[in-house]
Amino acid sequence: MSDAAAHAIEHHTSTGIDSRKVAIWTLIGSECLFFASLISMYLVYKGKSLVGPLPHAESQCMLHGHMQACEQIFEIPLVTFGTAVLLFSSFFVVLALYGAQKGDRKMLIRWLSMTVLCGLFFIGMQVYEFQHFYHKGLGYSTNLFGSTFYTLTGFHGSHVTVGVIWLSTLLVLAIRGKLPAEKSLNLEIAALYWHFVDVVWIVIFPVVYLMR
Amino acid sequence: MATSVIDRAPAAHAPEYTGIMSWIKTVDHKRIGILYGSTAFLFFLIGGIEALFMRIQLMKPDNTFVSAETFNALFTMHGTTMIFLGIMPLSAMFFNYFIPLQIGARDVAFPRLNAFSYWVFLLGGLFINFSWLINAAPNAGWFGYANLTERPYSPGLNTDFWVLGLQILGIASVAAAINFFVTIVNLRAPGMKMLRMPMFVWMSFITQILLLLAFPVITIALVFLMMDRHFGTAFFLPDGGGDPIMWQHLFWIFGHPEVYILILPAFGIVSEVLPVFSRKPLFGYTAMVFSGAFIAFLGFGVWSHHMFSTGMGPFADSFFALSTMLIAVPTGVKIFNWIGTLWGGSLQMKTPLYFAVGMVAMFIVGGLSGVMHASPPADLQQTDSYFVVAHFHYVLFGGSIFGLSAGAYYWFPKMFGRMLSEKLGKLHFWLMFLGFNITFFPMHFLGLNGMPRRVYTYPAELNFGFWNQVQTWGSLLLGVSFLVFIYNMWKTSRRPADAPADPWRGATLEWAIPSPPQEFNFADVPPVNSSTPLWDLRRASGGQLPEPQRVSGAGIHMPRPSIWPLVTAFGVLGVLGSILFTHAFHYWFLITLVGVATLFYGVYRWAFEPAF
Repeated sequence: MSDAAAHAIEHHTSTGIDSRKVAIWTLIGSECLFFASLISMYLVYKGKSLVGPLPHAESQCMLHGHMQACEQIFEIPLVTFGTAVLLFSSFFVVLALYGAQKGDRKMLIRWLSMTVLCGLFFIGMQVYEFQHFYHKGLGYSTNLFGSTFYTLTGFHGSHVTVGVIWLSTLLVLAIRGKLPAEKSLNLEIAALYWHFVDVVWIVIFPVVYLMR
Repeated sequence: MATSVIDRAPAAHAPEYTGIMSWIKTVDHKRIGILYGSTAFLFFLIGGIEALFMRIQLMKPDNTFVSAETFNALFTMHGTTMIFLGIMPLSAMFFNYFIPLQIGARDVAFPRLNAFSYWVFLLGGLFINFSWLINAAPNAGWFGYANLTERPYSPGLNTDFWVLGLQILGIASVAAAINFFVTIVNLRAPGMKMLRMPMFVWMSFITQILLLLAFPVITIALVFLMMDRHFGTAFFLPDGGGDPIMWQHLFWIFGHPEVYILILPAFGIVSEVLPVFSRKPLFGYTAMVFSGAFIAFLGFGVWSHHMFSTGMGPFADSFFALSTMLIAVPTGVKIFNWIGTLWGGSLQMKTPLYFAVGMVAMFIVGGLSGVMHASPPADLQQTDSYFVVAHFHYVLFGGSIFGLSAGAYYWFPKMFGRMLSEKLGKLHFWLMFLGFNITFFPMHFLGLNGMPRRVYTYPAELNFGFWNQVQTWGSLLLGVSFLVFIYNMWKTSRRPADAPADPWRGATLEWAIPSPPQEFNFADVPPVNSSTPLWDLRRASGGQLPEPQRVSGAGIHMPRPSIWPLVTAFGVLGVLGSILFTHAFHYWFLITLVGVATLFYGVYRWAFEPAF
């Protein structure tokens, strides 16, 4: 075998796809089962809560120390807006990647910062939502709805947080000029993860918020 | 990038990296394999000693060798240790050492991630076993059924060690699975198409897919249980509307694929050993691949056969009974093909072949009793009795351990450059074979006679005494067989390195390079035109292959050693370990924060450090 072929063992791959990219797809495959378990648990326990507050209906719940009527808890318009923002961030990261691949640093930085801002907005929305629910009487251990809801959306939120930290790190690199076109794969991998986190939300949003 | 020129001059001196730091920072898949193997073997011995304590307690009726509480901890830790700290990492030793060698790669796809997996596994294993030292060993059974594992019924730290320890070990398994999956997909030598891969690589590949899809489910189940125990939820507590049966579903959706995670690597090893020692190719290569894949696929559709006694109704019972029986078909294909491989072969009666044939025979026994309790009415008689204990020891010990032992004797010369003694190896086999059958076969009788599993003692009037005593003597014989194995390894390690590159006339690429391999594995990868590339070469050269020389290998880029995988692993331990303190220490989350900080620091240093 020639030296060139020996060299090939080190840097070329059987599929022609970079190993890191195969790895992120593998991770995404594994994460599907992770979220599938959470979503199944939410659905199995849907409507099994012994006390309120409930997502879509008025109910009896413990507020200020005694049982009283409490309203339904979801604020669909806010979450719809947050969903839209998260979906747009997926579009923005594609533009950022296009910029990175072209070597257009300005475009890269502009759209990557937009992506990060959208991610931050989504996290902010979720923090607000959780606080709001808490004040309406829905703690983590109040009822099965609270436990399954916070666990599912909380795990998704922590995935968004990891994504924001990852993309911010790349943004800092881009600003310092350390994300040239030949390293755009670094962004592509983060973007794949980011798209996945968005896709999961596309499932969670109708299942949790819209389905009655 | 510049084309590197590999120096093929004979090696002037072996550039050995030595010292403890070279092991702590190593990213070499062969060294990590040895670390996995030695650590797992120690845990395996601990699990074995736990089993012997149980056997001594059960030796005679109304025995008082250990208390009921200790007995609970013993059977819980025996199961947990053997599965998560014994068989799985022993398989991981072979994945690490031999997947890259068999596919002609320099290393795994992500050498540092590989080191990370090992360190997380080690810390997780130490974490669970640390519970013994503070007298809080897990004691609710290896499948941790809710609501027994909930705080009202298991108030101590025992179950917390189990929940958090499994969570830590799960991270190690998934990280390793991603790594090996990508390695097999992406780093095969030129010419090695998927359907030319050695059968061990194929079965390992399927195992990684099972790991990737099964572990997230138990991760979530353990998260729910942890929340119940520490943060007041009621996922599995009927008082709050939760359903304990949900734990069983989630656990077994993981747990059934897990049994194939335990057995498929052994299937792969046996499929390597049988052709080499029969001097003919594996019978029905493609059928072997697809039957393995079919077993794995069906493995996700049979979980509720562990739950017939929960009363799921006739429809679910029938479905899971049929899907379970269906698994016997691809398994039967495998057994048929193994026998077909031996049939008419020129059998070389060496120790690896003994263990491989032993595995096939013992696995058939375990498989048959498995088909018996695939039928719900039969299962209702057998469940939670010693019959089930007999069944899963025939598949896990008779299957996995016999298969892994075949692998140990087959590949020891490649790993350490020394041949294990054949005489002691065969003594090991016969002692293990006898000890195993004397220990576990009578459990069939005891179980059908109604002896429940997990009881710490039994009254004399039930007449369980005779077979229990026989079993205990058998288990001591099993213990002796492993002493013979250890003595064999110790004696061999004191001899000079004498193993040739290819002591068995192997068919696969790992036998083309010196024993033990050099750090860079291959200076030149032989051409691959079939699933038996070395036999092709041997045929082409008239039956004899020249002994490969050690070459200097200067100019080959090897991954750089790194400390950051270990640091990151400590971060994982800190984050999950901190949950132990929620009820003991008001500021427990400070420990979590230290863990998170360590994790981030490790990951960032890792990410920004050059890999080569």
